[in-house]
Amino acid sequence: MVRLITHNLLACHVKNCTVNNFPLEFKNVQLEIREAEFNPDFIRGFLPKLEWKALVDTARQLGDTSLPTEQPEMIDDEFLQNLHHVLLEIHVEEGSMICNNCKHEYPISSGIPNMLLAEHEIA
Amino acid sequence: MSRPELIAPPEIYYGDIEAKKYTQNTRNQQIQADMTYRALELLNLPPDQPAFLLDIGCGSGLSGEILDEQGYMWTGVDVAPSMLEVALEREVEGDLFLQDIGQGFGFRPGSFDGAISISVLQWLLNAETSHPTSSPPHRLTRFFTTLFSALRNPSRAVLQFYPSSDDQIQLITSIAQKAGFGGGLVVDYPNSKKAKKVFLCLLVGRTDNQQVPKGLEGDEEATSKAQFERRRDRERSRSKSKKKSLKDKDWILKKKELYRKRGKEGVPKDSKFTGRKRRAVF
Repeated sequence: MVRLITHNLLACHVKNCTVNNFPLEFKNVQLEIREAEFNPDFIRGFLPKLEWKALVDTARQLGDTSLPTEQPEMIDDEFLQNLHHVLLEIHVEEGSMICNNCKHEYPISSGIPNMLLAEHEIA
Repeated sequence: MSRPELIAPPEIYYGDIEAKKYTQNTRNQQIQADMTYRALELLNLPPDQPAFLLDIGCGSGLSGEILDEQGYMWTGVDVAPSMLEVALEREVEGDLFLQDIGQGFGFRPGSFDGAISISVLQWLLNAETSHPTSSPPHRLTRFFTTLFSALRNPSRAVLQFYPSSDDQIQLITSIAQKAGFGGGLVVDYPNSKKAKKVFLCLLVGRTDNQQVPKGLEGDEEATSKAQFERRRDRERSRSKSKKKSLKDKDWILKKKELYRKRGKEGVPKDSKFTGRKRRAVF
């Protein structure tokens, strides 16, 4: 159940991996689309927290091109709908996430990413 | 009975069997639900505003279910894979992570509007290996510093836990303070042995109404206990007397084995239904 909403908040937490550790890159993913309840207030409130470029890039990598490259100033209903779909309805079920900096791989199985670190990677 | 955290590390203690048992136990469910409601109350989120919460040590999603019910979006982390599996089966709404909170979070700064944690912190107080990163102070420091940065300013984190000594409370609060948190301990029903609950109420940032709330006083359980006492006694005595008259599975198998040895004909075959429990008849 890795959705892009949490993926957009997730950086690598390996020891001494502090630069260029966001976003984690998806690899060999299996997607599943599951409908979720649309809550425009929540999406609107969440907008300031999002890292827009990372979100759009990841969404495109996963094959969803409904979001504009630049975050629009005017927020209309259609935009919120698209954002809702990208953030909450695309689930990554299998695959892995890889940190671009230290190349640590976080495997995802049945929707749960394994964020455990080895002893030498703990800060 | 000793506390589970003294028996084994969480990912081992909560194996497949224990995880199911824990989740299906109605008493556990009730306690977890009560504490989750209380934690949400202490979290004091602005009403009618959607919030994105972090459930630390979400386990099988007993607390997450209540967050769903209250309309919050949430993300859960837990270190026990079996518990997360049960959570998947129960189809909770939040995203789940397999993560050791003592290793720290990787969430970007300001990600969450609040955090709750039910019966988790005490698990951080035992060292599993002699490696320096496995010592309780180191793990607690890592946990609190990364949690502090993952929370929005201003916001709160409410962590319920079972301390076994004042030293533990001292250790936890001092490390939380060093990590930048304000706030302190909230103790509900401090005079009751059973109903006593310890909440660590941590504050991020400073606003006017950021004050540590008061713990509940009085003796809540006294009334609810007495009501059921008699019925419980009656049921206990009834089940006891029944057990004596019934022959259990081992006894039946032993007898059948004996008859077969003696060459008696027509001894029924053993199957999974042999000597099974019957539903209670009223």
